[in-house]
Amino acid sequence: MRKAVIHELTEIARTDERLVLLTGDLGFMVIEEFADTHPKRFINMGVAEANMLGVAAGLALEGYRPYCYSIATFASLRPFEQIRNGAHLHQSQVRVIAVGGGFGYGTAGITHHAVEDVAVMRTLPHMRVVVPADDRDAEAAVRALHDAEGPTYFRLAKDSRVLDGLPGTFDEARLQVIGDGDVLLLALGTIADEAMRAHASLAARGIHVRVAVATCLAPPPVAHLAELLGAASSVVTLEDHVLPGGLGSMAAEVIAEQGLACRLLRLGIEETHFSTVGSEAFLRRRAGLDAETVAARLATLVARHYLRAS
Amino acid sequence: MDPNDFARELRRLVVEVSKRAGVGHIASSLSIVDIMAVLFTLYLETAETEQARTRFVLSKGHAALALYGALHLCGRLSRDDLNRYCADGSELGVHPEHTVAGIDVSTGSLGQGLSLSAGSALATQIDGGARRTFCLLSDAELNEGSVWEAIMFAGHRNLGRLTAIVDLNGQQALGRTRDVLDLGSAEDVAAKMSSFGWSSVVVDGHDTAALAAALAPHHTNAPRMVIARTVAGHGVSFMEGQVAWHYLPLSDQQYYLALRELAAMA
Repeated sequence: MRKAVIHELTEIARTDERLVLLTGDLGFMVIEEFADTHPKRFINMGVAEANMLGVAAGLALEGYRPYCYSIATFASLRPFEQIRNGAHLHQSQVRVIAVGGGFGYGTAGITHHAVEDVAVMRTLPHMRVVVPADDRDAEAAVRALHDAEGPTYFRLAKDSRVLDGLPGTFDEARLQVIGDGDVLLLALGTIADEAMRAHASLAARGIHVRVAVATCLAPPPVAHLAELLGAASSVVTLEDHVLPGGLGSMAAEVIAEQGLACRLLRLGIEETHFSTVGSEAFLRRRAGLDAETVAARLATLVARHYLRAS
Repeated sequence: MDPNDFARELRRLVVEVSKRAGVGHIASSLSIVDIMAVLFTLYLETAETEQARTRFVLSKGHAALALYGALHLCGRLSRDDLNRYCADGSELGVHPEHTVAGIDVSTGSLGQGLSLSAGSALATQIDGGARRTFCLLSDAELNEGSVWEAIMFAGHRNLGRLTAIVDLNGQQALGRTRDVLDLGSAEDVAAKMSSFGWSSVVVDGHDTAALAAALAPHHTNAPRMVIARTVAGHGVSFMEGQVAWHYLPLSDQQYYLALRELAAMA
């Protein structure tokens, strides 16, 4: 997904001379396409994320469109105050390219696991928070939002992924919906791949659930979300993120505030202080967020629903 | 206006408006009055359009009263607005907001203004333009690690259109800077900046002619760092060099005494 976005930025920068790419000394074997094509507008800021986000706000003040690239933890948590008092307070067109949302840097350890970033960014009322589901989705979102007012936080998966069955378009007011069923699986973009696999494995067993992928967390797609939640008896939210403040919280807010009857089960990261490392797949499994575990939880819910209905 | 006349007016405004509001941070504002006078009379308010205007970032945002006073003296802020400093619903708080006409950047959290200024100067470098960006920091602000990130960056990138000024008054909230985190003498600080690729100079921060020379356009690629030796509370004898005046507001008696001393200064 990183390479897809860098490619898209390289293309946009051909026609928009205001686009500048800053990196906190990261992006080996990813960022070169932009650096080679637009050397004057590629700036390695060094390992100094606080300064990077401050400089970005200064560039935006002068009419540039800075994109700040780093691993998601370093792009969100370290410079949070610079984002708050810079890009956000001045409502400037700064974009944060936060790579490896969730367990993307699984073997790197807890310092590299970006599992609080969505919650933190959602606290800023005018920060757009975008979590694409796959490469095409990410490209579409970056292009669609390039001229948007105010700052945007893009939470990207580290590795390339293309999910069949998703439209590959971006609409900040709508979720991407697949299938139909009384039980809704609501997945955060970065972990939509597990949701899609769970959906497929259940379908193969004749169990039908509806999947909705949330790619824009802020502003929240309230109307569409309320429509989907209103039509479901139960919703399972799935996020590679801690439970407080993430997708499950957003669903809970909509259910409560709209007075919906939908029951909610939130699946997310409940224990962040384990020191075990491993692949993204391993760490998701360990947290109970893999397709197999999710499918089992859904199958139970669907069975209960049928029992109640009959 | 002559910088010294501007400074005299600005000192009086700082004391009057802070008294009216019952708000402190007076010493920090008086500390930078001569610097502000030189910037506003000679270097800032010269362009016809907002976009072409020289940028100014008051990174030590807690001295915003001196900035509001300067904007008033330049005719950009009314006396009515100035008199509403720190009033309920006013836009003029202890720290400045970019929503006020003439203020480029909101500041208040120390350690962030120099990065923003570097971004502005970087934009000028990419443009190939000539716009200058000034950033005024406090010496205590140099405690912040992010300032040194910005210092490294600006020096490394040869941001020659950037000029930073350190208001070196030797005081911070709870003590003398040398007792809190000692960075050495003004010359030591200048040497540190030079070692990061800046063109550094130490000046008397209350000598407007010396400041004018130090802040004049320079034609090297190196960013400029002016270490201005100042006195917190400059012009008010009982305030000068007293740490307590970082926060305290003036009593009635102190207020009249301060005005008398400032008048005598002229």
